[in-house]
Amino acid sequence: MARPFEVTRQPGFSAIAIACFVLLYLPIVLLVIYSFNAGESISQWEGFSLRWYASAWENEQIQAATIRSVVIATGASLIATSAAVLAALATTRTAPWRGRTIVFALVNQPLMVPEIVTAVALLIFFSMIKVATGYTGLWYLILAHAAFCIPFAYMPVRARLQGMDLSLEQAGADLYGTPVKVFRHITLPQLWPGILAGAMLAFVISLDDVVITEFVKSAGQDTLPTYMLGQIRRTITPEINAISTALLAVSILLVTAFFFISRTRK
Amino acid sequence: MIRTMTTASALALLAGAASAEGSLNIYNWGNYTSPEMIEKFEAEYDVDVTVTDYDSNDTALAKLKAGGHGFDIVVPSGNYVPIFIAEGLLMKSNPNEMENFSNMDPRWVDVEFDPGREYTVPWQWGTVGVSVNTAVYDGDINTAAVIFDPPEELKGKINVLPEMNDVMGMAIHYLGGEQCTGDREVLRQVRDKLVEAKPNWLSMGYSTIERLANEDIAASINWNGASMRARIDNDDIAFGYPQTGFSIWMDNAAIISDAQNVENAKLFLNFIMEPENAAMLSNFARYANGIQGSQEFMDETMAQAPEINTPEELADAGYISKNCPPEVQKIYSQIWTELTK
Amino acid sequence: MDATTRSRALLLAPALFILTVAASGPLLIVFVYSFLTPGDYGGVVWDFSTQAWFNVIAERDFFTEELGWADAHLAVFWRSIKLSLLTALLSFLVGFPTAYFIATRPRRSRDMWMLLIMIPFWTNLLIRTFAIMELIRNEGTINTVLIAMGLVTAPVQMLYTEFSLLVGMTYVYLPLMILPIYASMERFDFRLVEAGYDLYASRWQVLRRIIFPLVKPGVIAGSILVFVPCLGAYVTPRVLGGGKQIMLGNLIELQFGQLRNWPLGAALSLTLLVIVMVALLIYVRAAGGEEARHG
Repeated sequence: MARPFEVTRQPGFSAIAIACFVLLYLPIVLLVIYSFNAGESISQWEGFSLRWYASAWENEQIQAATIRSVVIATGASLIATSAAVLAALATTRTAPWRGRTIVFALVNQPLMVPEIVTAVALLIFFSMIKVATGYTGLWYLILAHAAFCIPFAYMPVRARLQGMDLSLEQAGADLYGTPVKVFRHITLPQLWPGILAGAMLAFVISLDDVVITEFVKSAGQDTLPTYMLGQIRRTITPEINAISTALLAVSILLVTAFFFISRTRK
Repeated sequence: MIRTMTTASALALLAGAASAEGSLNIYNWGNYTSPEMIEKFEAEYDVDVTVTDYDSNDTALAKLKAGGHGFDIVVPSGNYVPIFIAEGLLMKSNPNEMENFSNMDPRWVDVEFDPGREYTVPWQWGTVGVSVNTAVYDGDINTAAVIFDPPEELKGKINVLPEMNDVMGMAIHYLGGEQCTGDREVLRQVRDKLVEAKPNWLSMGYSTIERLANEDIAASINWNGASMRARIDNDDIAFGYPQTGFSIWMDNAAIISDAQNVENAKLFLNFIMEPENAAMLSNFARYANGIQGSQEFMDETMAQAPEINTPEELADAGYISKNCPPEVQKIYSQIWTELTK
Repeated sequence: MDATTRSRALLLAPALFILTVAASGPLLIVFVYSFLTPGDYGGVVWDFSTQAWFNVIAERDFFTEELGWADAHLAVFWRSIKLSLLTALLSFLVGFPTAYFIATRPRRSRDMWMLLIMIPFWTNLLIRTFAIMELIRNEGTINTVLIAMGLVTAPVQMLYTEFSLLVGMTYVYLPLMILPIYASMERFDFRLVEAGYDLYASRWQVLRRIIFPLVKPGVIAGSILVFVPCLGAYVTPRVLGGGKQIMLGNLIELQFGQLRNWPLGAALSLTLLVIVMVALLIYVRAAGGEEARHG
C-alpha cells in the first residue's frame, strides 16, 4: 500500500528541526554534567561529586542573586507583555495614521541601541532620581528591564495580529458586545499564542541581561548574570553550573506539572 | 528601615567605635571577598554585611560618580585610587590611626597612590607576569619575549589579558621605556611590536586558569595568583617575571565619601588589618595581602608558592603600577584600538 | 480628539511611558554627551565639541600626525554588519524549518515543543556561552569526537574565529527567530496547501507561493529581532571571539570603560543607531511593499 500523501510534509524540514533541538541541548547537557565535577573547572572532568551543590546551597549570595533574577524577570516580562499587547492593538490592523511610524520606531528603539549605551544613560538618569527620592529599591531594575523587553514582546504579538481575521470581532461588535467583551472573548483567545511567545521571549531576555543590570543595580542587588560577570576575571567554578542545573530542574518540573494538569482538565 | 539605620548609627556614635550594630554594604570585585571572613565580622560586631560585585575599576568609578548607590566600602586598584580621591569619592578615614595599623607591612605604608595611608587599607596585591607551559617551551621564561617575540613552540598558543595598562606597561618596559612614557618614538615601536605580535596570539581574554590547565593555551600574560591556580591543576605551568620589568598592583579597601554606615566601615577596615583575617582573604582570593604576620595563618600551598613570593633576584624589576596622565592615556587608547580591532 | 484617537492614545500610553522613561529619554543624554569633551577619568566635561563625531571616521596618527581614516572603527563596523547579516540568515535557515515542524505537530503537543525550544534559554547566557566554548575548543568535545572517528588528524581551530562568533550568536538568538515565525504559522490553514496540491503544485511551490507569503510577517519580525541585537552583541564576541575579533558592542564598551572616551562611545552608538534605522527602513519598506502587492 502506498503511503498516504502527507499534506504538511516538506523534505528535510524534520531533519533540520531535530538537529536544531539536539544542538540546542548539547551545551545544556554539558553544563549539567560539569555541575557534578569534583574539580574546580567547568571544562576539565575530575570525577563525580556533589560538592558544588553543597557549596551553592551554602552560598547565600548566589541564592539571593538567583531569586532576584527570577523576580525581576517575572515582573518585567508581565509589565512589558501587557504594555506591548496594548501597543500592538493600537498599531496593527488600523488605517495608517500620522505618527504610526514614529511609534513603531519608539517601541523598537531599545533593540537598536547597544546595551552599554542605555546602561550608562540609565545610570546617570536613575542615580539622579535615587539621590532625589532616596528610594533605591528593585523597581528601577524592573522598569529598565521592562523597557528593553517591550520590543521582544511586541514583535510576536504584532505578527500574530497582522494576519488575524477581523470578521469575528466585527460580528461580536454587531451583536452589541462592548469593546472590552469583544477583546476578552474574541480577540484575546486568538491572540494567545502570540502573547505567550512574547512573554516567554521577554522573560528570557530579562533573565540574561548583564550590562544594564550591572550599571543600574544598587547595593545588594546582584542578579545571577552580574554575579557571574564579576567572576569572569577570576575564575568561574561549577557552582554556577550547579545552580543553573537546579533552576533548570525546578522549571522542568513546573512545566511538566502544568502540562499534565492542563491535559487532564481537557 | 531607614529609621533603624539612623538609630543604629546614632547609637554607634554614642557608644564609640567599639561596638556598632546595623549594616555594611561592600562593593567589591566578584569572587574576591572571603565569605568566611564576612561571617566572622558579622558575628563579632553584630553587623549585617551585604556584598555586591563589580567587574572593573571603570564600572565602579562610573557608578560611584553617579551617586545614589548605597555602598559604604569600595576596593579600587592602586592606580585608580588617585582618581577616586581626585573625584572626591573616598573618605579620609585615617586608617593610619587605627588600632591594627601597626600590622601593615611598612613596604605598603608610604605608597605613591596614598602616602601614609590616609584613605585606604591593603586588600590583596600581586604581580602581572607571564605563565608558560614548560612542557611546550623549556627556554627562559623570565622575559616578555614569550609574548612579544614568541619562540616557534608557543606561536598560536598565546593569550593576552585584555587589560590596556598592564599590556602597554609590559610592552613599553620590554622595549626599554618606563610605564606611562609619553615618548613618541618608544610608543611607535610599541605599537609596531604589538601589531606584529598579534597574529601569534590565539586570544585576548580573561579566563586563563582553565585554559592554561587544560592546555588550550601554552603561554599568557597573567596575574600571579591565577598562574598559581593553573599550576595546582597542571604541574607544567610556571610563572615568569619579565626581567625588563613587571607591574605590581594592589587593590585597596576604602570608605566611600557618602557612606551611610561609616562606623561599621571603619570597624571593617581595622578588622581586615588583623593578620588572621587578612589570611582568610588570601586563602580565598589566592593573593598576598600586605599584612605582617598573616603568613602563619595561610594555607601551606600559598605560603610556599613561587608565584606569590617573588624570587629575590627578580624583585627589583617590579614596578608599582600607576595611573598615567590623560594625554598619554589618549595615545595608549589609539594603540589599543588599533590592536583590538 | 475623536474616539479612535483617544482609545489609541490610551492603548499606547503604558508602553510609551516605560519607553520614554527607560529608553528614549536616556538616549537624549547620549545624544548630548556625543557633543561634549571627554573627562580625564571618564565621564564628560561640559565643553561643546564635535571631535567625537569626527573621530568616528577619522583620526590623527599620534606619531606621523597624519590625518587618516579611523580604519579600526570601520573594520569593526564592517565585521559587525557582516556577522549580523550572516547570523540572521543562518537563524532563518535553521529556524524556519523548526518553526514549521512545530506548527505541523498535533495541536496538543505544540506547546510542549515550544517549551522544549525555550528551556535551554532559561539557563544563564554566560554559562551557555562557556558551554559552547567547551564544545568547540581544540581539546573540546567536537574535536575529540572528530579525531576519534578519524575524520580529521589535527584539531580544527573553531574557537576564536568568526565561525565561532556566528555559531554562538545563532545559538543565542535562535528563539528570537523561531517564536515569531511560529506565532504567525501556528494558525496557518493547511487546507490551503491541500488546494495547492490539488492544482498540481510541487512541494517547493507550495512552500514558496502559499506558506511563505502568509507567514512573512513572522519572518520579518524574526529577522529584525535577530539582526538588530546582534549588531550590538557584547557577551558572545567577548567570550567566543577571544577578544581578537571585537564587535561594535565591545568597541563601544571599551570607550565607556578602559579608554575613557564617553563622547566617542556615544557618537559610535548613535552611528550604529542610524545604520540600524536605515537598514530597517529599507527592509520594512521592501517587505511591506510586496505585502501590498499580494493584497
